[in-house]
Amino acid sequence: MTPPTAQVIDRAAAAKPAANTLAIADCDVHVVPGDQRRELFPFLEKRWQDYMATYGLRPRQGFAGGPAYPKGQPDAARRDAYPPGGKPGSSLSFMREHHLDPLNVQMAVLNPLRTGQGMQNLEFGSAFCRAMNDWQIAEWTSKEPRVKGSVVVAYEDTPAAVAEIEARAGDPNFVQVLLLSRSAEPFGQKRYWPIFEAAAANGFPVGIHAFGYGGAPVTGGGWPSYYLEEMIGHAQCQQALLMSLCMEGVFERYPDLKIVLVEAGFAWLPSLCWRMDRLWERMRDEIPHVKRPPSEYVREQVWLTTQPMEEPEFKPHLLDVVKWIGWDRLLFATDYPHWDFDHPDHALQVRVTEEQQTKFFLQNALDLYKPQPVG
Amino acid sequence: MAEAARARTKHVVATLAEMPPGSRKLVTIGTREIALFNIDGEFFAVLDRCPHQKGSLCKGKLIGLVESAAPGEYRYSRPQQIVRCPWHGWEFDLRTGQSRVDPSSIRVRPYTVEVADGSVVKGGPYQAEVFDVSVEDQYVVIAI
Repeated sequence: MTPPTAQVIDRAAAAKPAANTLAIADCDVHVVPGDQRRELFPFLEKRWQDYMATYGLRPRQGFAGGPAYPKGQPDAARRDAYPPGGKPGSSLSFMREHHLDPLNVQMAVLNPLRTGQGMQNLEFGSAFCRAMNDWQIAEWTSKEPRVKGSVVVAYEDTPAAVAEIEARAGDPNFVQVLLLSRSAEPFGQKRYWPIFEAAAANGFPVGIHAFGYGGAPVTGGGWPSYYLEEMIGHAQCQQALLMSLCMEGVFERYPDLKIVLVEAGFAWLPSLCWRMDRLWERMRDEIPHVKRPPSEYVREQVWLTTQPMEEPEFKPHLLDVVKWIGWDRLLFATDYPHWDFDHPDHALQVRVTEEQQTKFFLQNALDLYKPQPVG
Repeated sequence: MAEAARARTKHVVATLAEMPPGSRKLVTIGTREIALFNIDGEFFAVLDRCPHQKGSLCKGKLIGLVESAAPGEYRYSRPQQIVRCPWHGWEFDLRTGQSRVDPSSIRVRPYTVEVADGSVVKGGPYQAEVFDVSVEDQYVVIAI
């Protein structure tokens, strides 16, 4: 069988997207090692190199050979995002030419997805995450000041995750800690608290990206049949974990904690908060540790990336939603190089003020992540 | 009628020899970028800009038309004649430019393509800035 990537036509240098002068921050960019052996192995102990060769990567979910659902395009990527001879998101020089320069990206936050997160062998998962963090510095953040890394941690092994966060504390190569949304248990539960505590104590926001390997289905109602259902299901996962963080008192416990929900849309947030607030009023005795209406914590401690942005038929409905959430809480993201990419020129199809536009596309991200120069 | 009345300019965009079945080419006519496809010997051309977020259709995958009259049934026809945008997967009929998502109001502009002999191209009112036309060869021509 031909591998999916070989079916991709026109691998020659892609045409540049239309020039865009608006400066943006892109809070969800995906990268992979182009050559694992050459790029990643220098950071991985020989013991784990051998382990990979013998046993391979085994995530907690049943779909050991790959993602739980097929993707809408090969490698889930835009078909014009393949660097010559390589995988999408594997070449800094191509990304500069194809994405960072033409879209005027001032800051790009890397969210590597294929890491040690969710590996059934926890020690291997931690080693692999650590290597991916070193790799982000070596191949990306040390070479390009616009690019900032995420500290990926093996979050099912809480002490190891905390140690990795502490090892990266104060390192300007990184602007956040990265988790995946489908954890073994809802993220508000006690076993994960030290991760949030360490992130907050060291000034890292915690990005929680769609996907993950907890083993639970993407929907609350079981395993759906189609990729499309998985994509929409990401919002359910984010709602479940956000509710868990609220109701377990994580925000109350760690007031400096900042959570960024990545790649699951945002239009669902108001209705979730309405329900949480109303039931919180009625069942204060069940969760006395939650001192304030859940929406208050959300408004103070939660940000959301914009892609994939909801596209209502009547566009101004989106403004109503953003108005509730707040123009200061949304972080623009393209999801480059993935196929469901949002282009900054076309994504926000409503008229906004200049101040709103600046916050939405750039300033909110700079205020939250406070990128610092490396070295 | 206005469309028919407007004089169309014919542009030579490729030699027939460089466009075998299964090939495609991004061609530029003035400020327009146009995606040109040879599908089983028949030529199709559409504006190279998806109306959604302006993805380049020339880099899209060619698929067939999958329809379903009712759940549990499907019909597959017209292999390769639908182009799927390389970004969000919006599908367009290359013959008409109509989208699958909303055929009545969302479309990409299609262009008429023909193959012409070098002798005709040399004699007629054709624009061929980048080709040295020879009477022995055949050319792919887009009318705008």
